[in-house]
Amino acid sequence: MNFPLPLAELFGPFGAFLVYLLIGVAFGTVLEMAGFGKSTRLAAQFYFKDLTVLKVMFGAIVVAMILIFLFTGLGVLDFSQVWVNTTYLWPGIVGGLIMGVGFIIGGFCPGTSLVAAATLKIDGIFFAVGAFVGIFIFGETVPMIEEFFNSSNYGRLTLPQWLNIDTGIVVVAITAMALLVFKGAEILERVVGKQTQKQPVWRYGAAGVVFMGALLVAFIGQPADLYAMPAEEAVIAGPDALIENRMIQISPFELLALTNGDTYNMELYDVRSEADYAAFHIKDAKNIALDKVGSITEELIFAPSNTIIVLMSNDEVAATEAWRTLVSKGVTNAYVLEGGVNGWLQTFAEGRFSESMWAGVDEMRYEISDALGETDAASAPDPTLWTTEYTPKVTGEPLLIAPASGDSGTSKPKTSGGCG
Amino acid sequence: MASTTASPQDLAHGQHSLLARIFTQHKTRAYINAYAAAILLGIVLFLAFFLTGNGLGASGGMNRVIVYVEDLIAPAHVDSIPYLANMAGGDTNPLDSWVVFVMAGTLLGGFLSGYFNGRVKLETNKGPRISNRTRWVMAFTGGLIMGYGARLARGCTSGQALSGGATLAVGSWLFMFAVFAGAYALAYFVRKAWN
Repeated sequence: MNFPLPLAELFGPFGAFLVYLLIGVAFGTVLEMAGFGKSTRLAAQFYFKDLTVLKVMFGAIVVAMILIFLFTGLGVLDFSQVWVNTTYLWPGIVGGLIMGVGFIIGGFCPGTSLVAAATLKIDGIFFAVGAFVGIFIFGETVPMIEEFFNSSNYGRLTLPQWLNIDTGIVVVAITAMALLVFKGAEILERVVGKQTQKQPVWRYGAAGVVFMGALLVAFIGQPADLYAMPAEEAVIAGPDALIENRMIQISPFELLALTNGDTYNMELYDVRSEADYAAFHIKDAKNIALDKVGSITEELIFAPSNTIIVLMSNDEVAATEAWRTLVSKGVTNAYVLEGGVNGWLQTFAEGRFSESMWAGVDEMRYEISDALGETDAASAPDPTLWTTEYTPKVTGEPLLIAPASGDSGTSKPKTSGGCG
Repeated sequence: MASTTASPQDLAHGQHSLLARIFTQHKTRAYINAYAAAILLGIVLFLAFFLTGNGLGASGGMNRVIVYVEDLIAPAHVDSIPYLANMAGGDTNPLDSWVVFVMAGTLLGGFLSGYFNGRVKLETNKGPRISNRTRWVMAFTGGLIMGYGARLARGCTSGQALSGGATLAVGSWLFMFAVFAGAYALAYFVRKAWN
């Protein structure tokens, strides 16, 4: 497993960027040679006259797919280090439909418009400028659609995993499908496009080689752990797993140690009702309504990088919901107080408050008639008196949660990826 | 198609001669066969993954250029939107990303190939039934729509369809069908622009 290369280690940051620049040059060259700098050639795809777009795109995907899985099968390429686009189902589909509309109106996609602009096609320049404006508008308005933008996140999910079919079979099936589609495309070009130009005979040889390649991929198979995430990620498949495995619930003793230590900048958020908060709360905890929790992310941008957020409710229900909200917005340093404020009082109030028999789930279990706020001793227990052992959950490292932010690709910690 | 001079007629006459001299050195050649392009592009895409672990991208790089400019003008504003701050919050330089270099390379490669094949030519490609101005307005509008959609989908034809297609990402395959569906659905209504 020697590939992909650790570019920055091998060549330094500038060397790595030079490699990317050269890849870009090759990419731009091929797009231009294929005629993708010419909008009329691209648009003809959608009138079934010239199916170059389909042939080049689908063909390139098939060739790259076969080569990728050939080399992962041979154990030369480490698939866990290959960026696989995170599946955000609905944002991807809606974004795709919008892009299709833009494609047929404008005649390019962002990559081809760059090539068109570079070869002085005026329509390409207009398109590229329009694309910049569209991208700008998206960046400015994304807070309004944030919930949708981060919805239906299926993480790093591939077709073989989704269909539960062997990777080799998927590769062969896609290749066969592509070759049939190409044959169909040629028929359409003749009938609808009235193309009389003879297609080169070598394409049959190429099709044969490609199909043999796909069969070879199926024949040599893939390593058993092809889709395994890197070791440190195995436990962090998603927010649910973190909650169920009790990775984010910190013991009252840990919270006490953290608030009295100076390693972290602690931000405590109490999501209970104002009445509960007034009756009793932990020292320095801020009261915030559950539906306002999302706004914490905006404050976080200005918070020091060693900030740890601890959320609390009476038990854990509302706090866990608040945690989910934050995680969906890409927050990776939030935790939940184990047992909530009830658990805290049970531990530190030493029986000074009487327990109510009627408290429901996530309701205040102790009868506190005065508005004690944080004046009670249990709000700020003396850490030297409490030396009970606990399992620490806060490590100072960000929680690795199956991607919640589109850009950094947390499912692949070593390098970022994607068109972000 | 053949070997007409690549004179940039639309340009002011002063620049005409210089540009014409530069860009008419090479005869205009025909585009390469679609299957040959497919194989070449497939190899480039594979090499991108094989060497770097990242695929290809275009709109991501454009995004970062925009955010870079925004960060120069209004850094506080950039810091207030998490999506933007992620790329350019505080001291982070949004251009410090692989996709920006791929984008710069795409421009360079497109130009070089166009230059050596005699296809660098100031012109507007359009259907015969619309004016240049209509074509420009449509190109700008389409670009705007495409730019927005590409960021919503977290990638464009390069970053989603090609890259995610080759690595068998479920979302990328569905995305690809959505792009073609969107374009085919509207194609009839804008047929005048292209035919």
